[in-house]
Amino acid sequence: MKKILIALLLSLGSLSALAALDPGRVRQLAAEDSSDKVAAIQQITENADPDAVRVLTAMSEDSLYLAGDKAVIITDDSAFDAATGEAIKMPANPESITVNNRIRGELASALAALKLFDADREVRLASAEELQSKVSAGMAPLLKKALDKESDAEIKALLKLAYAQANLGNADPVARLAAVKALAETSSPVIKSVLLPLTDKANEPDDKVRYEAIAAVKAIDGRLALAENVGQAFSGLSLGSILLLGALGLAITYGVMGIINMAHGELLMVGAYATYGMQTLFRAYFPDAIDWYLPAAIPVAFFAAALVGVIMERTVIRWLYGRTLETLLATWGLSLVLIQSARVLFGAQNVEVANPSWMSGGIEVLPNLILPWNRIIIVGFAIFVLLLVWLLMNKTRLGMFVRAVTQNRPMAGCVGVPTSRIDTMAFALGAGIAGLGGVALSQISNVGPDMGQGYIVDSFMVVVVGGVGQLAGAVWAALGLGIFSKLLEGWAGAVIAKISILVCIIIFIQKRPQGIFALKGRFVE
Amino acid sequence: MRKPLTIRILSALDKKSWLALGIFLALALVVVPVLHLNFPEDSALHVSTYAITLIGKIMCYALVAVAMDLIWGYGGILSLGHGLFFALGGYAFGMYLMRQIGRDGSYGADLPDFMVFLDWKELPWFWVGSDSFGWVAFLVMAVPALVAFVFGYFAFRSRIKGVYFSIITQALTYAAMLLFFRNETGFGGNNGFTDFKRVLGYTITSSETRLVLFGLTAVMLAVTLVFSAWLVKSKFGRVLTAIRDAESRVMFIGYNPLWYKLTIWVISAVLCGIAGALYVPQVGIINPSEMSPGNSIEIAIWVAVGGRGTLIGPVIGAFVVNLAKSWFTVSFPEYWLFFLGLLFIVVTLMLPQGLVGLWKKLMAKKGAEAC
Repeated sequence: MKKILIALLLSLGSLSALAALDPGRVRQLAAEDSSDKVAAIQQITENADPDAVRVLTAMSEDSLYLAGDKAVIITDDSAFDAATGEAIKMPANPESITVNNRIRGELASALAALKLFDADREVRLASAEELQSKVSAGMAPLLKKALDKESDAEIKALLKLAYAQANLGNADPVARLAAVKALAETSSPVIKSVLLPLTDKANEPDDKVRYEAIAAVKAIDGRLALAENVGQAFSGLSLGSILLLGALGLAITYGVMGIINMAHGELLMVGAYATYGMQTLFRAYFPDAIDWYLPAAIPVAFFAAALVGVIMERTVIRWLYGRTLETLLATWGLSLVLIQSARVLFGAQNVEVANPSWMSGGIEVLPNLILPWNRIIIVGFAIFVLLLVWLLMNKTRLGMFVRAVTQNRPMAGCVGVPTSRIDTMAFALGAGIAGLGGVALSQISNVGPDMGQGYIVDSFMVVVVGGVGQLAGAVWAALGLGIFSKLLEGWAGAVIAKISILVCIIIFIQKRPQGIFALKGRFVE
Repeated sequence: MRKPLTIRILSALDKKSWLALGIFLALALVVVPVLHLNFPEDSALHVSTYAITLIGKIMCYALVAVAMDLIWGYGGILSLGHGLFFALGGYAFGMYLMRQIGRDGSYGADLPDFMVFLDWKELPWFWVGSDSFGWVAFLVMAVPALVAFVFGYFAFRSRIKGVYFSIITQALTYAAMLLFFRNETGFGGNNGFTDFKRVLGYTITSSETRLVLFGLTAVMLAVTLVFSAWLVKSKFGRVLTAIRDAESRVMFIGYNPLWYKLTIWVISAVLCGIAGALYVPQVGIINPSEMSPGNSIEIAIWVAVGGRGTLIGPVIGAFVVNLAKSWFTVSFPEYWLFFLGLLFIVVTLMLPQGLVGLWKKLMAKKGAEAC
């Protein structure tokens, strides 16, 4: 296939531009010495001739041969003069040309450089990006030429960088100085490593250039550090929103209703499996709309988890109100049953939940800082869920009843609040929100029967730190714990960070057993 | 005048209980060894190695359950972190067992295999003295006691109780599990300690060693039961029960609950540590999963099944639940978690006093009918 393509290219070339390359140079491609070959490649490239592409492609694909003292391109059963592109008679015994690794690399960058003159913008862009990492000093004139010809701003910026990098090896200190100055404005670790040798006297004899290089490295370092800190803060924020999604439901069931629900993590799992179920459904019946399975999963997960919550409350938890330690044990039992049910229904292995296409990729804020879309969407989703819960708790009748029952159960009952139904509803709400958390988790972590277990300790920590009885505490605690643990992870590693967070919480609870935000008032026991 | 110690110990249990304890010890120390050693394997009377290991293991669990009952049943404090103390005792004794391997490990080095694997050149400081049985026996009790004391002092001083305490103990054991999972912590990481060869110079897998360990566990369990019976009947035990039922009132009368709670908490942790140390040579492995929060909650269910606030209850509970576990995991592995989960629910909903409470209720009914 490739050979046919080359043949086609050759025949096209032979029609359009004849005798464009200097035959002597082309002959030099077959020289004995590698350095001669490299020089020839560079010289052929320099003029940015379309014919050069043809010859160099042939060489890199081992179809360039030496016949007599002429370089020829031989494909299958036809032969062409390499310099002119004319079809010739098949030579008697062509000699193949050795292409070693050094030549191959040289050919690759030469071909990439030649692509800079392609008519297609995408090809030029790709080539300019590719060149950033493998620019050589010899390419400077070529790049200059491409730069002059280029009209697209994005490609132009890339080319300028490549040109500056190529010029770092220039013999003229003035050219080097200009190059360093141009590079100082970037913020990529690659450029920094290119500039680093220039800060050493052994490599850079000119003081002016050297000082400029040192300043440039410093400037790049500053920007890199900034990007790193922003990145850490963002990943902390995203961890915080995951914790928040896990803890919001708990803030209702534990914080407001006083139920220790050890099966909360399993409600997250129910939500995640509901997402998986929707994905399967969409794959089977609406493969064209597969990207929409995630929005469709949100209500499904909410109601699936809420249903499980209602069953839990009606059958077990309602008999244990006021006996928190017993509730803890019973809900642990429920969590075991749920885990095993998931194992029986879906298998013990993790199931695969794919991100919809609109969640992949990310925004490149800085060259070394890419904010992935799935994290951004999860932060947004957490805000959405938080808003939803806040509205439900503060602006609806149900929310008002829940708050009333929390504050004074007998009195609420006396004025006609159906307390036992409110308990069920509130528990279902907390469970449903855990289900929403499960949707988010399914996008960033494994979905398996055990997935809930890992979050239960974290979720409880958020609620305990935040303080019982309101949502604001959970929000601040989740964000605080998320950012704090990511910052710690930066310099101590994940496990140590986790352990120190837990130890900090244990110490914190000593000082403030009520959490950050305590309900004001007097309580007996 | 105070009665002599022997009298006080004797009066800790009634006659029936002494008799039951005597029968239990006779079974464990005489009957089982005789049946194991003197009958061929195909005989109906032969007690297999598997059975001895299983029962020995369950007796260790029963010891933990009694320790848990002291703090939960009598102190009203539900700990979800007792697996930590159990594992600490196990690890402490495991260090000794690792050193006893000597040069018989797969690398043939002086250091335990996992250290060779990590390319460590010498023992870390906390392994110093781990080749001495006496020092390790001290560590088995001292390390859980120290951890329990420090944690308990701060927790009880700031009057953390109820579910808060439970959740924090759960976080504690979870944090410890993560710590022990790290290879750099120096306790074998993921794999923990295993492949033991000897204890006090005797081959660890020989029948005699097993029987001695089995007997030791039985004696330890019996001693713990007598000690606990004496403890809960003493003045200390009475105050403790009072704190469980009405802490504020006890404070108003003039007692400081801190020291009572702390004492029982540390005693409970030490008993767990000893149980762990007896467990490791019998089972042959200790790894960080012993500290997982799930394991610690399971301890609570043994106590709840048997009946908390009684001393025989936890022992019964540990046996019932663990025998059921061995049976289920062999016969119906998929249903074990369903069974365990339902056990949690049914016991808390319908049997708040556990099996012992059920038995007492049945006896009371019978008594009422007889009248």
